[in-house]
Amino acid sequence: MRTVSAAETAPSLHPWAIHAEELQVRAGRHLAVNGLDLTLGTGVHGLLGPNGAGKTTLMRALATVLKPAAGRLRLLGEPVDGRADLRQVRRRLGYLPQQFGFYPRFTLREFVEYMAWLKEMPKTAIPGATQRAIERVGLEAKAGARMKTLSGGMLRRAGIAQAIVNDPAVLLLDEPTVGLDPEQRLDFRELLRDVGVDSCVLVSTHLVEDVVAACSDVVLVNEGRLVYQGTPDDLIAQGGAGDPGDSPAERGYSALLRRDRAVSAR
Amino acid sequence: MTTHPSLAAIARYADREADLDEVTTWSVEVHLESCADCRSLMAGYTTGDTRALLDRIATGLDRGIAAGPAPTRPRRWAAARHRWLVWHLMPWLTMTVAVLACAALLEAAQPSFPSLVALLAPVAPLPGVAVAWSRRHDPAWELIAGTPRSGLAMLLRRTAAVLAVVVPALALASDRTGVSLAVTLLPCLAFTAATIALGAYAGVRRAAAVLGTAWTLAVIVPAVVTADPPVVLQPGSSLGWALLTLVLGGFAVTQAATFRRLSSRN
Repeated sequence: MRTVSAAETAPSLHPWAIHAEELQVRAGRHLAVNGLDLTLGTGVHGLLGPNGAGKTTLMRALATVLKPAAGRLRLLGEPVDGRADLRQVRRRLGYLPQQFGFYPRFTLREFVEYMAWLKEMPKTAIPGATQRAIERVGLEAKAGARMKTLSGGMLRRAGIAQAIVNDPAVLLLDEPTVGLDPEQRLDFRELLRDVGVDSCVLVSTHLVEDVVAACSDVVLVNEGRLVYQGTPDDLIAQGGAGDPGDSPAERGYSALLRRDRAVSAR
Repeated sequence: MTTHPSLAAIARYADREADLDEVTTWSVEVHLESCADCRSLMAGYTTGDTRALLDRIATGLDRGIAAGPAPTRPRRWAAARHRWLVWHLMPWLTMTVAVLACAALLEAAQPSFPSLVALLAPVAPLPGVAVAWSRRHDPAWELIAGTPRSGLAMLLRRTAAVLAVVVPALALASDRTGVSLAVTLLPCLAFTAATIALGAYAGVRRAAAVLGTAWTLAVIVPAVVTADPPVVLQPGSSLGWALLTLVLGGFAVTQAATFRRLSSRN
C-alpha cells in the first residue's frame, strides 16, 4: 500500500496521451515519418508495419530523442516539437529502444538505479522502485549480476525494467519481445495489460499474434503514414480467406497492407 | 473528530467469529498500522490460541532472520561513482594522460625546445569531451537522450569528469618541467569552453575535431618547426585566456536548449 499524491488524482487536462498531427520526422536525410496523424489514449496499443515503415523513427520521435522536422506533436498535453522544454514530459516517459545499449560493467541493479536517477526520481524512492521494476520482469535472482553476463532474453527484460522503473504515463517499447521464450512472452503480455490499465503503452512489433493477444488497439503504419487504427477484432475482420497469412489476424494485416499499396500505386 | 476506532470496533476486529463489514475492517487495519496504542488495545482482546500462534511466528521469523544473509549496506560511493565516472571515457583519458607523460619526458630530455606540455595543454581535454557527448561512443546514448537529465547539465558533468583527470595530469607535468601553471591550465579551460560553445552548432565531436586541427596547424606545427615558443603562450597572455574562457563559458550556457536532444551531428 502507498500514499496517493494529489497530482496523481488530479484530472488530466489532455484528451490524448500521444497526439501527432501531420508529423514528419527525418532519419538521416530521408523522411521516415511523413505526414502521420495519430491519437492514442490510455491502454495498450500495438504498432505494426513492414520493415522500413518508419516504426523505429516514430518511436524515437515520441521518446523525444529525435526532433520532428515538421508538424505538431503533443505528449501528455505538452508540446514536444521545436524548442520546447522537455523535462516535465521526459520524467513521465519510459522508453526501450530497438538497440538496447547498456554499460557492460554495471550490475543490473546499478543500471536500473542509474536510469531511475537519470529520470530525476526522488532519491528516497529509487531503491524501492528499482527492486519493484526488477521483480516485475522476473529478474530478481540476477539483480547483482553484471550486465555483460546476462543472456539476450534477460537483457530485453532488463530493458523493460528500466523503462517501467518510473511508473511512466507513456511507455514506448520498440520490439520488446525479441529473444523472449514463449513463457516469458506470456508473462510479458500480462505485464503489458497491467501497465496499460492507467497509462498509454505503445508496443512496436513484427509479431501479429502478440498484438492480438495483448493489445486493446492496433496501429498500422506504412511508408511513414497511418494506414489503419482499430481494435484487434476489426483487424481480423479485414482479412478474407484469399489473403496470405496463417492466422485470421495475419490475413487481416496483409489485406490492409495490400490495399494500402494498391491505393498509393495509383 | 476522533481518529481512533471505537473499542467495540477493535474488539470485533480482533474476534474472528464476529461479523464486521469490509469497510470497517479496512479502516481499522490501516489505523492499527500506525497507532501503537490501539495495537496494544487490540492485543488485550486476543485469545490464548492467537497469542501462542503469534509467539510461534515471532520465534520462526527471528530464526529466519538470524540464519539469512545480513542486509547489505547502501553503497553511496558506488552510486556516486556511476553518476560521475563514465566507463567509455576511460580509454580516451588513459591515452591523454599517456601522451602528456611522453610530452613531459621529451621536454625533460630537450629543455631548449618550446614546452611540449604547454603546446598540448589546450587540446588535451578535447578527445575526452568529444567522446562524452557522442552517440557513437556512448552505448546507452538512445536511453540517456530521452531522459530529463540529459542536456547541457549532463555534458558539463561529463566534461567535469574529464577535466578532473586532465587538469591534475597537466599540473603535474608542468610542475615537473617548470612551465607556468596559468599558461598551461587557462588555455586548456578556454578550449574546453570553446568546444561546448561551438558544439551547440556543429556537434561536440565535430567542434573538438575542428578546434584540435586548427590549434595543431596554427600553433603546434610552426612552434615545432621554428623551435620558437608561440606568442599566444607567453606568460603575459594568461589574462586574455581567462577572459576568453569566461566569455565562451557564458555563451555556452545561453545555448543550453540546443543540447536537449542528441542530434545526428553528434
